[in-house]
Amino acid sequence: MSITIKNARILGGDPADIRIENGAVAEIGTGLSGGETVDADGLVALPGLVDLHTHLREPGREDAETVETGTRAAARGGYTAVHAMANTSPVADTAGVVEQVWRLGQEAGHCDVQPVGAVTIGLKGERLAELGAMADSAARVRVFSDDGLCVNDAVLMRRALEYVKAFDGVVAQHAQEPRLTEGAQMNEGEVSGRLGLAGWPAAAEEAIIARDCLLAAHVGSRLHVCHVSTAGSVEIIRWAKSKGWNVTAEVTPHHLLLTDERAETYDPIYKVNPPLRTAEDVSALRAALADGTIDCVATDHAPHPVEDKETEWAAAAMGMIGLETALSVVQETMVDTGLLDWAGVADRMSYRPARIGRLTGHGRAIEAGAPANITLYDPSVRETVDPTAFASRSRNTPYIGMSLPGRVVATFLRGRPTVLEGKIA
Amino acid sequence: MKKHLISAADLSREDALRILDTAEELAQVSERSIKKLPTLRGRTVVNLFFEDSTRTRISFEAAAKRLSADVINFSAKGSSVSKGESLKDTALTLQAMGADAVVIRHGASGAPQNLTQWVSGSVVNAGDGTHEHPTQALLDAFTMRRRLGDLAGRRVAIVGDVLHSRVARSNVLLLHTLGAQVTLVAPPTLLPVAVDAWPCEVSYDLDAVLPKSDVVMMLRVQQERMNAAFFPSAREYSRRYGLDRDRMARIHDDAIVMHPGPMNRGMEIAAEVADSARSTIVEQVANGVTVRMAVLYLLLGGSEPAIGGTL
Repeated sequence: MSITIKNARILGGDPADIRIENGAVAEIGTGLSGGETVDADGLVALPGLVDLHTHLREPGREDAETVETGTRAAARGGYTAVHAMANTSPVADTAGVVEQVWRLGQEAGHCDVQPVGAVTIGLKGERLAELGAMADSAARVRVFSDDGLCVNDAVLMRRALEYVKAFDGVVAQHAQEPRLTEGAQMNEGEVSGRLGLAGWPAAAEEAIIARDCLLAAHVGSRLHVCHVSTAGSVEIIRWAKSKGWNVTAEVTPHHLLLTDERAETYDPIYKVNPPLRTAEDVSALRAALADGTIDCVATDHAPHPVEDKETEWAAAAMGMIGLETALSVVQETMVDTGLLDWAGVADRMSYRPARIGRLTGHGRAIEAGAPANITLYDPSVRETVDPTAFASRSRNTPYIGMSLPGRVVATFLRGRPTVLEGKIA
Repeated sequence: MKKHLISAADLSREDALRILDTAEELAQVSERSIKKLPTLRGRTVVNLFFEDSTRTRISFEAAAKRLSADVINFSAKGSSVSKGESLKDTALTLQAMGADAVVIRHGASGAPQNLTQWVSGSVVNAGDGTHEHPTQALLDAFTMRRRLGDLAGRRVAIVGDVLHSRVARSNVLLLHTLGAQVTLVAPPTLLPVAVDAWPCEVSYDLDAVLPKSDVVMMLRVQQERMNAAFFPSAREYSRRYGLDRDRMARIHDDAIVMHPGPMNRGMEIAAEVADSARSTIVEQVANGVTVRMAVLYLLLGGSEPAIGGTL
């Protein structure tokens, strides 16, 4: 199978043609031809995006999302690989479950699904799951996380960090001190006090990140920090990196754009964990993503059925979907503000997350010989977010009705179009 | 002009004064032997109570009935709600029954705000979680005004568990609107972290605040706070923040003592203080009916709501 993409601006550069053959980039140049032609006039070509943090909900909550619908959403968002979080039912804490998720991803075929393994059995934070069995399974798990819950026990966290060194794994920590956040509903600050919603203090995130950085340094392991949300967390990670410690971090699109003032409507569409923070936090997160202190953008795509969000705030589920809007939010917050160019976007949304997850077939520059994982993006349009057009089974987007820039026109997974003209191919 | 009363912040100074003045007129009705006006005849008021609060519910019920409204009491216990019905479905049921106003008490902050999406009638917040209780603030202001006259420049101390108090939040907002100067007094653990952004003063020292206060409003301290390390013991709390006879002596002669009820006698307030002539606690209950009549009258009485604005 052969495709020629005409006049694409690779990483926003001058227009060039990309000829794809047998799933790989065969040639880049001008005046190329061969096979089917895809007109990319005015479109930016990016390496296929990689998400380190996706909730596909299958097995267990197929009413919210399935591997099929979640990976369709991923493809529409320009992703060619997603890391499926372990907090399914049953929990992805055995080789059997991670292989099942991995196989469902293969069958769906819209993007590669790389399962994340649970750190502890049943996410209970008591005993290590069989991390080695998951690493050695067909799913080749390298990222381990109890996401949704914090590995709070310091000894258990230390052991997990040490143990995964044997297979070059990484522990992705959901940093949330549980006692400081019992019943927490939103960022603790001026808005929570006024609204009478129990506060989730920034210190509850920062204290765990600081502890984990020290532990990772002590045992010489890799630590990845999920969904960093505060300016203080950024400072700690910057300090840990300045020491040369092997710490990486992600930020979600929603933490780059939205603030805790959204809670004033009491609309639980804005309820998420970690919570939306202040404008000062948002600007610190943007600056950290720009200077590389935060390595990558990860969506924390968290689908929920309507009834879990159409309720009073305290009763509502936490989380928001994000796969189909991530690139647009990054354009809005990072590119259009001059903080990142398209090469920077490729680095933060493809190269670095692939490297953290140890995915060898993703996160490669668009050049001859690389797997043809490519996203074509039109940054010139501006559209109102309409969740009824989403491929995700869920509709809990905080951007509903907002105007956001850009649109994913096409996605190629190893040379095969998964999205064309903005639609699932 | 608003259609709902969700927060004391929904009320302009003009709105608030209009409610208080209307309540003053309606108070005369309560003094008659036949305590009834035909104003809301044919209108339906639903009391939707997800938390047990007999005092607030009967206060709203009496208010609506004195205005001749049809009153439906819907309490969560033993209803479809206890079988897992959502707030939305309950709301749609009330909507289908043609409720002109829904008075809601709910344990979740923001539930009245959520309800406004699903019902077309007026929503009156009768206390939501740790957020607000605007009619309590109105009846408190009404009580203060009757005892002290104009509230502009008056000094009000609100003492106790501000962090979890919907009464405190609504009072701070309304009293600020009415020009009074509020000082919150509490141990630091029972104040919200960003309380300095509120339109009031804050003190940790009750004895320093008492002599300057025209009104001392004591808040109830919930039993469960004692188990969550907000303060070391009930006795220590009572010693530092309780209004006992000795502290009462520091208050100037015209000052009044308030409590939204229900009281923990011997904890935040001594029995002698609660029963003294300075205490307005029983008046507050009576005024509650009057003020709630004024709120329902102004929201429902005319073809257009006379207070607040459309949300």
